[in-house]
Amino acid sequence: MKGLLKIALKLLANDRGKFFTLILGVTFAVFLMNQMTSMFAGIMRKSTSNVINIGAKMWVMDPSVENDRSSIPLPDYVLDYVRSIKGVAMAVPIYFGSGLVKLPDGTYQGANIIGLDDTTLFGRPPIIKGDLNKIYNSDAFIGVVDSDYRKIGSPGIGSVLSINDHRAVIVALAKPTSGGLFGTPTLYTTYTRATQDLPQTRYSMSYILLNPKSNADITYIQEQVKKLGYKALTQKEFEKTIENFYKYKTGMGTNIMIMTLISFIVGLSIAGQTFYAFVLENLEKFGALKAIGAKKYELMSMILFQASVTSFIGYGFGIMFSSLMIAFSKARIPNYAAIVTYQNMLIAFLMVVVIAGFSSYIGIRKVLKIEPFDVFRG
Amino acid sequence: MSLEDKFMKAILEAKNIVKYFGVDESKTYALKGVNLTAYYGEVLYIVGPSGSGKTTLLSIISGILRPNEGTVIVKDKDIWKMKDDDLADFRLNHIGFVFQDYHLFPKLTTTENVSIPLFLKRQNWDKSLKEAKYYLDVMGLGSKADLPVYKLSGGEQQRVAIARAIVSKPDILIFDEPTASLDGETGRQIISFTKEHLLTQDRTIIIVTHDSRIFEYANRILHMEDGKLKQTTNNHFDTEKNNTSVTQLEAQ
Repeated sequence: MKGLLKIALKLLANDRGKFFTLILGVTFAVFLMNQMTSMFAGIMRKSTSNVINIGAKMWVMDPSVENDRSSIPLPDYVLDYVRSIKGVAMAVPIYFGSGLVKLPDGTYQGANIIGLDDTTLFGRPPIIKGDLNKIYNSDAFIGVVDSDYRKIGSPGIGSVLSINDHRAVIVALAKPTSGGLFGTPTLYTTYTRATQDLPQTRYSMSYILLNPKSNADITYIQEQVKKLGYKALTQKEFEKTIENFYKYKTGMGTNIMIMTLISFIVGLSIAGQTFYAFVLENLEKFGALKAIGAKKYELMSMILFQASVTSFIGYGFGIMFSSLMIAFSKARIPNYAAIVTYQNMLIAFLMVVVIAGFSSYIGIRKVLKIEPFDVFRG
Repeated sequence: MSLEDKFMKAILEAKNIVKYFGVDESKTYALKGVNLTAYYGEVLYIVGPSGSGKTTLLSIISGILRPNEGTVIVKDKDIWKMKDDDLADFRLNHIGFVFQDYHLFPKLTTTENVSIPLFLKRQNWDKSLKEAKYYLDVMGLGSKADLPVYKLSGGEQQRVAIARAIVSKPDILIFDEPTASLDGETGRQIISFTKEHLLTQDRTIIIVTHDSRIFEYANRILHMEDGKLKQTTNNHFDTEKNNTSVTQLEAQ
C-alpha cells in the first residue's frame, strides 16, 4: 500500500497547478476560519476583562444582570445579608460606572470608573508605578495603562484631570491583565469617591464581591443569596454569562459564525471543485488501475490520501499565515482582539477534515463508478 | 506434460457469451453467443470491423465486463463466479493489459509506471523499481528508466505499457489495438518483439486489432462480425519456435 500511496502523492504533486490551487483553497479557508474564530475568542476574552481583572471568586448581582457593564444597583441591605451568610469569608461592594474626562483641547472622553471598597481595596489592579496608599488622598485616581489610556492623554502621576467636572489626580498607574472590549480608558478610585463624583440612582452598589471560606461553601452561598431574590455567580459562571450575552443576544456570535461558515464554504468549494477536476482528469488512469487489478479500497485510499495531504498542508499554511497576521496586527493595532487558541485551531482542523472528506467523497464516487470497460472503449 | 500437450491445453475458454447493452427496446446485442478457446503458447488475434464486438469480448474474457450469459473459464476457474476483489486479484496476477491509449501516468517515470502492478501486489518500493527496471531493459528502454513517460515517443510508450503488462508475470497478455497509434514500421516491430520475446509456453497473447499488416504474427485469427465469430484462420502453430529469452531471464 505504501508504494500506491507514494504514487498517489506523486500524481498529485506532479500536477503542480491543481496541487497549488488545492492547497491555496484550503489555506485560504483555514486562514479565514482561524481569523474569525480567533477574533471571536479575543472578543469573548475582552468582554470578560473586568471580571478577570477584579479576580473575585464570587459575584452577587441582580438576577436580571446579563453582563458586567449593565449592572443593576443593589440596596445596601444585600451586602449586610451576604456578609451574614455562613461560609462567606469576605464580602465587599464595588462600583462600576462611567464618567466624562475633559481633555485639554476641550473635548470629552468617556472613561470606566471603578470604585473599590475603601477598606480593603479588593479587586485593585497590579500597581506598576506610584503609591497605592495615596488612593485615600483627596480626588485620587489610579490610571490603568492599557492601549486606551492614551485617549485621555496618558496622564502621568500627579496629573490633574476633570471627571464629570470633579477634580481628579492620578496617584498611581496600573497594568491590567486583560484589556477591555469597548476601547474606553479605565480609572480606579475608592467606592466612596466614585459614588460621590458620579451621578447616582437610588442605590449605588453595582456588585458585591465575595470570597467563600472554601469551595464547598459556594453552593450554600448561592442558595442563600437566591432566597433573598438575588444571584451569586462564581467567576467562571459570570464570565460564561457575559460570553453568552455577547454570543446570543448581540448578534456578534451569529455574525462571526456566519463569517466562519462562509469561509468554510469558500474553502470547501475551491478544494472540492479543484479536487473533482483533478480526479476527472485522471479518471481514465484510475480506470486503468482498476482494470489492472486495483481494488476499490485501494483506489479509495489513494484518493483519500491525496485529499488529506492537500488539506493538511493547507491547514498548516492557513494556521501559520493566520497566526502571523494576528501577531502582526496585535503589534500594530493596540485594541486588536483576536487570540489564537487551541479550540480555534481544533475547529479549523475539524472543518478541514470535513473539506478533505467531502473532496474525497466526490472523487471516490466518480472513481468507483468508472468501469474499466470504458477505458477499453476509449 | 510434453510441450505439445501443453500447447493443446486451453488456458481460456469462453462459452456462449452473450452481452447486450440497454434495456427493452433500446437493447443492443454486442455479442450473440460467442465461443472462444485460447491455448497456451499461442498468439491469438481477434479481428473484425468496428462495432463487431471485439473489445466487448476482450473485456469479458479479461474479467472487466460481466457478460449477460455464458461462462469464462481461465486456468480452470470460472472468473465470473468470483467476488469483485477476488476478480481484481485474479486480473492482477494472471492478466496483463496493454491498452490502446496505453493509459500510462505521463508525469511518473517509466520505472514507476511499470512498477504499478507490483505496488498493487504490496511489493516494496525499491524492490519494485528494481524489477521494473529489469523489464524496461528487456523492452530496450533501460536508458530511459528515469525519464517521465511524456518525454518518450509513441513506440517507446507502447513498450512501457507492455513492460507494465508483463511485470506481474501474467499468463494472458491482452493487447487492445496495439498498433492503432503507431506508424506501420513501429507497429510491426512492437508485435514482432512481443512475439519473439514475450511469448512463452506458459503464456498466451490475445490481440484485438484490425491492422492487417500485423496478421502474419498470429497463430490463429478469429474473425468477428456483428457480435459473432464468423471464421477462424490458422496461420501456423510453431511449437519449435518458442522464444525463451524472457523465461530464461526471469529464471535468473
